[in-house]
Amino acid sequence: MKLTTPHLLGIKDLTKEDIQLILSTAKQFKDVLQRPVKKVPSLRDVTIVNLFYENSTRTRMSFELAEKRLGADSLNFTTSASSVSKGETLLDTVNNILSMKVDMVVMRHSASGAPHFLSKHIPAAIINAGDGINEHPTQALLDAFSMLEKKDQLEGLKVAIIGDIMHSRVALSNIYLLTKMGAEVTVAGPPTLIPKYIAEAMGVRVEYNVTKALEWCDVANVLRIQLERQSQPLFSSLREYNLAYGIKRSMLEKLDKEIVIMHPGPINRGVELDSDVADGPFSVILNQVENGVAVRMAVLYLLSPQTP
Amino acid sequence: MQANDLFCAKFTALKSILTEQQVALSIKRLAHQVLENHLNLENTVLIGMQPRGIYVSDRIIEELKKLCDPKKIAYGKLDITFYRDDVRREIKLANRTEIPFSIENKNVVIIDDVLWTGRTIRAALDALVDFGRPAKVELCVLIDRRFSRELPIHADYVGRTIDTFPSQKVLVRWKEIHGVEEVVLV
Repeated sequence: MKLTTPHLLGIKDLTKEDIQLILSTAKQFKDVLQRPVKKVPSLRDVTIVNLFYENSTRTRMSFELAEKRLGADSLNFTTSASSVSKGETLLDTVNNILSMKVDMVVMRHSASGAPHFLSKHIPAAIINAGDGINEHPTQALLDAFSMLEKKDQLEGLKVAIIGDIMHSRVALSNIYLLTKMGAEVTVAGPPTLIPKYIAEAMGVRVEYNVTKALEWCDVANVLRIQLERQSQPLFSSLREYNLAYGIKRSMLEKLDKEIVIMHPGPINRGVELDSDVADGPFSVILNQVENGVAVRMAVLYLLSPQTP
Repeated sequence: MQANDLFCAKFTALKSILTEQQVALSIKRLAHQVLENHLNLENTVLIGMQPRGIYVSDRIIEELKKLCDPKKIAYGKLDITFYRDDVRREIKLANRTEIPFSIENKNVVIIDDVLWTGRTIRAALDALVDFGRPAKVELCVLIDRRFSRELPIHADYVGRTIDTFPSQKVLVRWKEIHGVEEVVLV
């Protein structure tokens, strides 16, 4: 059993079978994580570098933990403490790291397509941990894994992705994954944060009324408002955003159904999600974080270099 | 497995090792032998090896249920995919590990179908200690291909010992998947 791609650059490149293979492998790794010794020696001869050109808490720690749980050696790289500030190029940096016998690269970069560029020039397997506003494949995989813990199957599942769709790599990866697996997707949020033509291009529904989106869906994946990516204001104020598009406890209680609330983190409490929703009974946000380690273990395991 | 069966069909002279009746008798004997050494299964747990050892362990457990208090039987399943020494030569699909009890200070009987190079059992020992420190580990197999071990491992309970060439294959076929129950040498 193998994935059809040598890298994980995006969900776009995966087949339905690839996604199923990753999710079923992740399930076995989740079992491993419940044992007294939460470790297996599968990748004990593999060295992995975590190249983070952009800030991260969850993803970086999750990858690092996944690598350690698989017995791999890992090294971490953050731009602020590196020679990038002296002007070293991306390719030079990576080639220098690889010459120290590193086998796999996990990379986050603020430029969309950076891991795709890298994959054309280096021999190592690359795992995209988020590139600009393009994709964040492991997040979409762990979101799907978390949905499957609450729901029987993805096929026919109604998922609303709410918030900043325009700047969200999580949204794009989720849309690719969910539509491939036969789920129905609605994107909801203010018109300024939803790209034009997304309905035609991606095969999703568009909804500007968050309450209606919540009434329609089984699962709501609420995204973070990414102020750092907005060069010009796209809504008047955070308070106004919260009033018109934020998810409040009262809205969920009116629904009278078992909805699942997800969020990739970090949460802007009181903006896209109120605290009593984020910490409430419908939220699976911390389960998502837990599942992240298992899903990343599966991805690393399945993409690890094969010894002849 | 299907390709295997087609391959077998070409050989008119399959050497039968165990017939259906012999498989049933061997399993019955193995169950008795385990029980003889572990009276009432007081401090003993049984662990079947995923995926194919489960066919043997399921049947041994069925026999044991007739011989002692079924509530006393602690039965788990172990998958060793992530512990194999050739794990990255070929990525294999992992199966579920279910050990819903502690193995700390217990006598563990590992059950598998064929003991050949011993590498699977080495991986199993590795996996097992991650669940605790057993007092003792024993091995029970339906078929022991002796003289082909690559590691110093031996079985404590054996259904049938056979001498084979490395080029030969031992096929264990079960009712659930193949419709017949037998062991043949190809």
